[in-house]
Amino acid sequence: MSKSLLLSTVAAAGILLAGAASAGNLTVVSWGGGYTKSQVEAYHKPWLAMGGKAINSEDYNGGLAEVKAQVESGKVVWDLVDVELSDAVRGCDEGLLLPIDKSILPAGDDGTPALKDFLPGTLTECGVASIVWTTIYAYDTTKFSGAKPTTMADFYDLKKFPGKRGLRKGAKSNLEMALMADGVAPADVYKMLGTNAGVERAFAKLDTIKGSTVWWEAGAQPPQMLADGEVLMTTAYNGRIFGAVATENKPFAIVWDAQVWDLDLWVIPKGAPNVADALKFVAFSTDTKRNAAQASWISYGPVRKSAAPLVGKHATAGIDMKPHMPTAPGNFKNALQNDFAFWADHADELNEKFNSWLAK
Amino acid sequence: MSDQVTAAAYAGPVLAADGTLLKDRLNKTMRRRKLIAAGLVLPLGAFVFITFMFPIILMLYRSVDNPVVHDNMPQTVAALEYWDGQGIPGEEAFAAMVADLVQARKSKEIGRVATRLNFEMSGVRSVLTGTARKAKNMKAPFKDALIAANDLWGERELWVTIKRMAKPFTASQYLAAVDMRFDIDNNMVMQDEDRQIYVTIFGRTLWISLLVSVMCLLLGYPVAYLLATLPLKYSNLLMIMVLLPFWTSLLVRTTSWIVLLQTNGVINDLMVWTGIISEEGRIQMIYNQMGTVIAMTHILLPFMVLPLYSVMKTIPPSYMRAALSLGANPVTSFVRVYAPQTVPGIGAGSLLVFILSIGYYITPALVGGRTGQMISNFIAFHMQKSLNWGLAAALGGILLVGVLFLYWAYSKIVGVDNMKLG
Repeated sequence: MSKSLLLSTVAAAGILLAGAASAGNLTVVSWGGGYTKSQVEAYHKPWLAMGGKAINSEDYNGGLAEVKAQVESGKVVWDLVDVELSDAVRGCDEGLLLPIDKSILPAGDDGTPALKDFLPGTLTECGVASIVWTTIYAYDTTKFSGAKPTTMADFYDLKKFPGKRGLRKGAKSNLEMALMADGVAPADVYKMLGTNAGVERAFAKLDTIKGSTVWWEAGAQPPQMLADGEVLMTTAYNGRIFGAVATENKPFAIVWDAQVWDLDLWVIPKGAPNVADALKFVAFSTDTKRNAAQASWISYGPVRKSAAPLVGKHATAGIDMKPHMPTAPGNFKNALQNDFAFWADHADELNEKFNSWLAK
Repeated sequence: MSDQVTAAAYAGPVLAADGTLLKDRLNKTMRRRKLIAAGLVLPLGAFVFITFMFPIILMLYRSVDNPVVHDNMPQTVAALEYWDGQGIPGEEAFAAMVADLVQARKSKEIGRVATRLNFEMSGVRSVLTGTARKAKNMKAPFKDALIAANDLWGERELWVTIKRMAKPFTASQYLAAVDMRFDIDNNMVMQDEDRQIYVTIFGRTLWISLLVSVMCLLLGYPVAYLLATLPLKYSNLLMIMVLLPFWTSLLVRTTSWIVLLQTNGVINDLMVWTGIISEEGRIQMIYNQMGTVIAMTHILLPFMVLPLYSVMKTIPPSYMRAALSLGANPVTSFVRVYAPQTVPGIGAGSLLVFILSIGYYITPALVGGRTGQMISNFIAFHMQKSLNWGLAAALGGILLVGVLFLYWAYSKIVGVDNMKLG
């Protein structure tokens, strides 16, 4: 038992040392892999070119645990963290994050004031959104000779498409997708999940593929599992699949039906060592140009209305990025927005149920 | 003269050269030596305390610590103190709640209160944060105002939960860690069936640890025997083969097992190629309990081999020869003469492997899939994902007590003295 404890003690010591070593640099924390690369190319490089403070880029796996540990111990080393919407709201409610004054955000390139230029719901008390990302499912086209899957129901149809499935290990987005596969309209999903009968229905649907499911945790795993042939189809973050297609020429295809989309936001932990520079970086990286530029590295949608028309071709592969955006009209037909308020309330209970279901 | 000397020798104290008592001098010297010895141990002692004992104490404290509601809702806590828990409380409790909500929102503590209560009663978070936003403009009667803001304020369960969480210390995390909870009348009852999990996982953790210990013993015993009995030039080579994996990173060894065992991995490919199994019949050997047991057995094997080896090395070969020459057959002489002498090694190795397995984290996380997850994975889940550190601490506390109990049982049955670690 003391192993985990020792680990956390060692981690705490590590944080102290890291703090001593990196003081002075702006520590920007994100999800790693192709996503961090897109941010390095679109934000960090131009930021450094215009003389911004040196950046120390770190990876993490989401969640507020490290932020909470740093804030509660008073040794904050992270200046800026890229988090999901539910964490931005929860962290703000729990006093872990600094409120951000939205007047620092520049107007759009077309002159629209920032508050009007950002899509509705993308600015929260403590967070400024940078991208729209989405959970979809994808498959390897070479594994299908005849009919290919096109709907969420197909994902759950083991008769029509026999083979292993990949799902993220957690309740979020799995329960929603299970209900939509069962024929529930996106608009009714959260109403239904608020009831016991709805939750049971979602788990009953998940039960139908439980025996053939491989579970993943990190965003980099699903493309790898597809490439290894470990699974026939898997849920994934759309940018990761696009990255594998664009930069590694993998024969993967995305099914956009019943996608569950969410936001990534910049937040600043309370007590961060370089608040002033972190704020400058937030304003810089979410202006129209940078917001559009990041979409030329990975297929996550910009959150500024003024940036949407500027989305062009992929920076190295030369693919037109517009059809690959989660928000492209063809992809967005049957989409559901992740309801952060619902998950803030029910995540504890539903994750417990999910873990219990998983262990049986 | 000679009489005097004899008298002094018998009756008077013995003096040192400078005239002080020899006994005192001796005591003084001994004391100084002890102090020096203690001084040498002190840095280690301090290190162990700071990095090991202190975090454990802190963890145990956190598992019962419950300050959030008590500290941030003082008026409500006071107002509910004499409420008998029947019906819903009176107007003064509602008024106190409104005042506390206003204050907690101003101090930004409302989120922590809401989070804490949400662990106990799902869905409360938004009720609290939502009501707190409106609380500033509420007017008496506050009972009606709160119930108008959200129906839940008229529910007895919410108030009972708040009253229960008002105590600065709570056993609720330990209850949750054994799949129990308080019901609306504060009786301890089992958790709803679809939320029960930890008892199963504790059972599984013990089972996997036991399985790994037995596997290590079965595989390690012959190896240790060979190491102890082979001529030096062969046993050295064998020793290196035992130690080489021991010196390799845990992660490397775990990922090598992924390469070997996965559905399209080396072993499955080999079996399909030789025709033992068909292409469709590939065996799932990883991302389940089997993967966890295989990888952990391999990783923990040296912890079994080394204590066994060190015990076997001290058993003189002449004992076996004596048994054989006295007419026992090889099996009898092994069972009755050799094996009993290796018991201290078996005990030490098994206990070491068992206790290491019980807290194993990385290997089950990587290769355990769904059915091979152990309790540490759930502790990590509550540390990193759900941020329910109290529950994580309670789970850790139970594990600690379990290990101490096993150690106690072991020392009662086998005896700690009868154990040789190397």
